[in-house]
Amino acid sequence: MTHPSNAAAAVEPDTSDQVVIVVDKVSLAFDDKVVLKNVSFTLKAGHTKVILGASGSGKSTILRLIVGLWKPDGGSIWINGARVDTMTEHQLMAVRDDIGMVFQEGALFDSLSVGENVGYKLYEQPGIPLDEVRRRVEQILGFMGLAKFIDRSPSELSGGQRRRVAIARAMAAKPRIILYDEATTGLDPITAITVDEEIVKLRDVEEVASIVVTHQLRDAFFVATHEAVQQNGDLRVIPANEQKTDEAEFIMLKDGVIEFEGNASELRASKDRYLRQFLS
Amino acid sequence: MNSLVEAWLKAAVLEVQEYVKLQIATVRSIFSRPFYFRDVVEQFDQIGIGSMTVVLMAGFFTGAVLVLQTGITLDKFGARPFVGQIVSASFVKELGPVLAGLMLAGRVGSGIAAELGSMVVTDQISALRALGTDPIRKLVVPRVLAGFFMAPVLTVLADALGIIGGWLVAAFQLRVPSGLYWTSIYDALYIQDAWMGLIKPFVLGYVIATVGCHVGLRTRGGTQGVGRATTNAVVASSVAVIAVDFFITRLLITLLF
Repeated sequence: MTHPSNAAAAVEPDTSDQVVIVVDKVSLAFDDKVVLKNVSFTLKAGHTKVILGASGSGKSTILRLIVGLWKPDGGSIWINGARVDTMTEHQLMAVRDDIGMVFQEGALFDSLSVGENVGYKLYEQPGIPLDEVRRRVEQILGFMGLAKFIDRSPSELSGGQRRRVAIARAMAAKPRIILYDEATTGLDPITAITVDEEIVKLRDVEEVASIVVTHQLRDAFFVATHEAVQQNGDLRVIPANEQKTDEAEFIMLKDGVIEFEGNASELRASKDRYLRQFLS
Repeated sequence: MNSLVEAWLKAAVLEVQEYVKLQIATVRSIFSRPFYFRDVVEQFDQIGIGSMTVVLMAGFFTGAVLVLQTGITLDKFGARPFVGQIVSASFVKELGPVLAGLMLAGRVGSGIAAELGSMVVTDQISALRALGTDPIRKLVVPRVLAGFFMAPVLTVLADALGIIGGWLVAAFQLRVPSGLYWTSIYDALYIQDAWMGLIKPFVLGYVIATVGCHVGLRTRGGTQGVGRATTNAVVASSVAVIAVDFFITRLLITLLF
């Protein structure tokens, strides 16, 4: 006899729950200094992972290991089902096609204009006409309110503008994963919120899986507790409901080890002494 | 004491290893795709055309002072009119390549190390890799090719300016008849000297560019690190130019004569 709930129509596999990144017991040490030890987590498509921790706790290292800039000493990393920690630099290029990375301070190429920076990956691909790339770059910069800077040099921009251009560059080739390395560190609160809103929009509009590395709690919580919705033809960032907030997972690193793993409410409610100190 | 020597030795061997790895990767990248042609042309302009002023001026004044000094010495032997021979032989064989090499080591070596070093400390190299570009293909290959092909061109120009500078001094100061000067320039040159003077700059240009790239890409430590890298690049490529010059000369003498 069929249970009433089994009688529901067969559901299509929910691709929004597809696991895109698996970090499995990854360890890394430089000489005697342990940077990461037995770190494991997974990330699903369209979800957010916030990695918190003090400076030197290993947060940025995880991102560099994921994108293949460094190799771990132990453990494995899987991206879109492919194991990347054993790949050669050449093989990694295909994997990096689907990943965008926003570096601390932006890391824009100062010998190129803003437009050339943002369109960099598209310009590198043969077969895309130059004016089409330019159109896409204008579209992305317009999305962020930076259209008028398209032909300027990065050195003419403020810190906040540079970070936003860095985000534009990371998303230009429409990756399904974006890694944010301290994207708001050093910015004033208003500019930081602007950057956070870009992160939220990208996650909710383009279904991008995001890993946000930061030690700024305000920005970590903002990204977790807000969502982007279309309201009256405008894209707006508003506070999210509890279900959406729970989709953001927090990881707290201390000296290279995972000290805490959970969602925003669990983080706030935690009685761990280090956490309370960090959160205060 | 032992551990200091050990640490130093380890560091030295590591540098050599990384330098060799860089060269292998560079040569491989020259003969495979993708090849960044636009960047190569840009570097030919920056390294070649950009260095012309300094190389030509160095050549010109060195030629002039060489004739000045040699002319006075040759007087003792009553051989002042032969001053052209001395200039052409020494300039074409040695002075031209080495002088141009040292000028390039200073200008190009430091420029490459500073530019690549700044990119390393601001994470631009990591960003390049994360965006799917091989930094060796995009940055190193254009500079090495530019150094390799432009150094001989600049050397030939330096030789020419040196000889012209020498002529001006010979004709107007030493009162050597111009016709005699120019004939003796030509008389003193053996074809082997010309070959030597043309082959050497290829090697020296390659060394300067590769040393600059190697030091630049291994920069550590923020703006101080970039300053250190720039200094190291100039020192290392200058010493390399002089040392490599000796070994190449030795080799070419064996091969050509």
